[in-house]
Amino acid sequence: MSFFDKLKKRFKQDDGAEQVQEKYKEGMKKTRGVFSGRINDLLARYRKVDEDFFEELEEVLISADVGVTTVMDLVDELKMEVKRQNIKDTEEVKDVISEKLVEIYYGEDNEDIENLNIQENEMTVILVVGVNGVGKTTSIGKLAQQLKEEGKKVMMAAGDTFRAGAIEQLEEWGERAGVEVIKQSAGSDPAAVIYDGIRAAKSRNADVLLCDTAGRLQNKVNLMNELEKIKRVIEREIPGAPHEVLLVLDATTGQNALNQAKTFSQATDVSGIVLTKLDGTAKGGIVLAIRNELNIPVKYIGLGEQIGDLQEFDASLFVYGLFADMLEEEGVEDEDES
Amino acid sequence: MAFEGLAERLQSTIKKITGKGKISEQDIKEMSREIRLALLEADVNFKVVKDLINRIKERAVGQEVMESLTPGQQVIKIVRDELTELMGGENTRITVADRPPTVIMMVGLQGAGKTTTTGKLANLLRKKHNRKPMLVACDVYRPAAIQQLETLGGQLDMPVFSLGTEANPVDIAKQAIEKAKEEHHDYVIIDTAGRLHVDTELMTELQEIKDITTPDEIFLVVDAMTGQDAVNVAESFNDQLDISGVVLTKLDGDTRGGAALSIKAVTDKPIKFAGMGENLDQLEPFHPERMASRILGMGDVLSLIEKAQTNVDEQQAKELEEKMRSMSFTFDDFLEQMDQVKQMGPLDELLGMLPGAGKMKGLKNAQVDEGQLAQVEAIARSMTKKERQEPNIINASRKKRIAKGSGTTVSQVNRLLKQFEEMKKMMKQMTNMQKGKKGKGGFKLPFM
Repeated sequence: MSFFDKLKKRFKQDDGAEQVQEKYKEGMKKTRGVFSGRINDLLARYRKVDEDFFEELEEVLISADVGVTTVMDLVDELKMEVKRQNIKDTEEVKDVISEKLVEIYYGEDNEDIENLNIQENEMTVILVVGVNGVGKTTSIGKLAQQLKEEGKKVMMAAGDTFRAGAIEQLEEWGERAGVEVIKQSAGSDPAAVIYDGIRAAKSRNADVLLCDTAGRLQNKVNLMNELEKIKRVIEREIPGAPHEVLLVLDATTGQNALNQAKTFSQATDVSGIVLTKLDGTAKGGIVLAIRNELNIPVKYIGLGEQIGDLQEFDASLFVYGLFADMLEEEGVEDEDES
Repeated sequence: MAFEGLAERLQSTIKKITGKGKISEQDIKEMSREIRLALLEADVNFKVVKDLINRIKERAVGQEVMESLTPGQQVIKIVRDELTELMGGENTRITVADRPPTVIMMVGLQGAGKTTTTGKLANLLRKKHNRKPMLVACDVYRPAAIQQLETLGGQLDMPVFSLGTEANPVDIAKQAIEKAKEEHHDYVIIDTAGRLHVDTELMTELQEIKDITTPDEIFLVVDAMTGQDAVNVAESFNDQLDISGVVLTKLDGDTRGGAALSIKAVTDKPIKFAGMGENLDQLEPFHPERMASRILGMGDVLSLIEKAQTNVDEQQAKELEEKMRSMSFTFDDFLEQMDQVKQMGPLDELLGMLPGAGKMKGLKNAQVDEGQLAQVEAIARSMTKKERQEPNIINASRKKRIAKGSGTTVSQVNRLLKQFEEMKKMMKQMTNMQKGKKGKGGFKLPFM
């Protein structure tokens, strides 16, 4: 059974998944428009799988920010696969392409890598880091609300004491979600704020503490040191914490995202990625490169401004999102106009 | 670093053709692949890359190799010339309205840095041009966006016009301009909410603000780290609003910034300013030629040569070489050297330009902390003239004084003195090495 058949089947059987699938489809509408359009165009123009075909495929993938190294690896593997299966027709290649993309994503791991590491019997501390303007505070706000809806007692610590209006922004989210925010005045030591947050969360028996931090460019050595210090404070207060260090990445970011992932990992041991702003025309292909080169999984993706638009990541759905138009062309009934 | 500079990438290819007098078509083919990869890794849009490569090929084939350059350098020179040409000249002029106030509208995606840039631009206008700007908070959507602008206004001691989050942004803009006229502000800078270029509803809102305020400038604020999608974003904002210029933010990061090239190529609008840090005075004029080198991420041997030629006095260099050899190098020479190097530009950039530096272990990933450098300079400058000439006389009490004078500690002074001694030794070795290699004079950077 082909990859696409499997995908189709999976969505047919699972009614619960349908809603999520719609979200991906809707959110990634613009994203996939150009992408699958180009792949379709490519498949239509090339009857034969040859060098030129692969070169253009390379371009399509690069245009999705997948990253040159990963694209080269992928295309090399595809070439081998095509040879092995003796594929001559471009139509058959389609399956192999998406199969490989998902394969790159999962590697050796199973699908559990996408779940948040929430502790059963003790408080879970989640540290959120990233460069400026990627959507850290917004993601935390959305996450807080979702976790609260799951019945958890959530608290937030306003660790961005630098950017103007950052504390107020988190407070606003706190109010919307009905979640308490621990804060100090602007300009105070972020590690101290986080320390206060842990103390308060412990004494109030919170299940999850979300720690916001100020955006920082990864090449600012002193600011990265500050982040290390924050992490040390958390480690000291709660052994085993932080249970998750989430790096927030903007889907429009190009190859620099790899540098971000690398440097932030060195400082804080990033355990997962939140990919935001995927509702534009950006494709966020860089997550494939990050997974391929650094082995950090994506845990959430932001598909819009609404709270529910922060979705748990699903690699096959992500690829489905990119290829959905092609699937439907292949005759999957779908009443919805998209 | 994940990315090697173009110079490094080209090195192996170049090896094959060194010694040739002309660049053949086959050479170009191999090289253009490397150039293509380097540009793509720098996030230049693939279509823009394609056009560029074609032009570079045309120019390079059959060209005579300049006497002073290797064929590889020659190709790099062509690439850089093409990039510089595409980036256009410097342009930081702001159109001024015939009748004040001059209205500037800031637009862009979420998180690009519009609000911060609004504050920085206002600061620049006041400081450099002695203007009296008013800021307008039209982002009624993102939580606490208005507070953010108000806080910035407070820090700058500048008025911020807002009507809360319930008001319509179009009304806010309209009323703000009336207010600015009343209060005789000569500039009005409108901060708008971040929005996706495909969000028709919000893009219409921007058009309405534009219609009612007839801005003299519309600046698209773009994150320098943007990838392939920069083209779509810029094209779409430009089509819908006819932007007048671009501000590139977060350029103090380590991104190559290929987005700059893509944006210029698709919109043909000048990039006027660059955000270079988190502080409100860190908005600088955009230098297209520097950007070209940065995108190539090279080992820009040529521009180092150019820089060095203009900045380093040959005579001085010779004297210095003499001093290095005789070990009579003093802290005075050291300071002089630092000044010369500083004139050439940011130090890590310079390190990257040093031929062979990429191959030296340690140097390749060396991150030069400019702050640390300033400290070193402060220590050296806190010495007396005599101490600079004869560092040996620096005893404990002198060290204490120097530490106090430079705002450092005695142990930091000690460290510098020790490093200075080691450096002198190393220099001697280096000059001895070079003596045997080539007799050509020229510049050296002794404390590398």
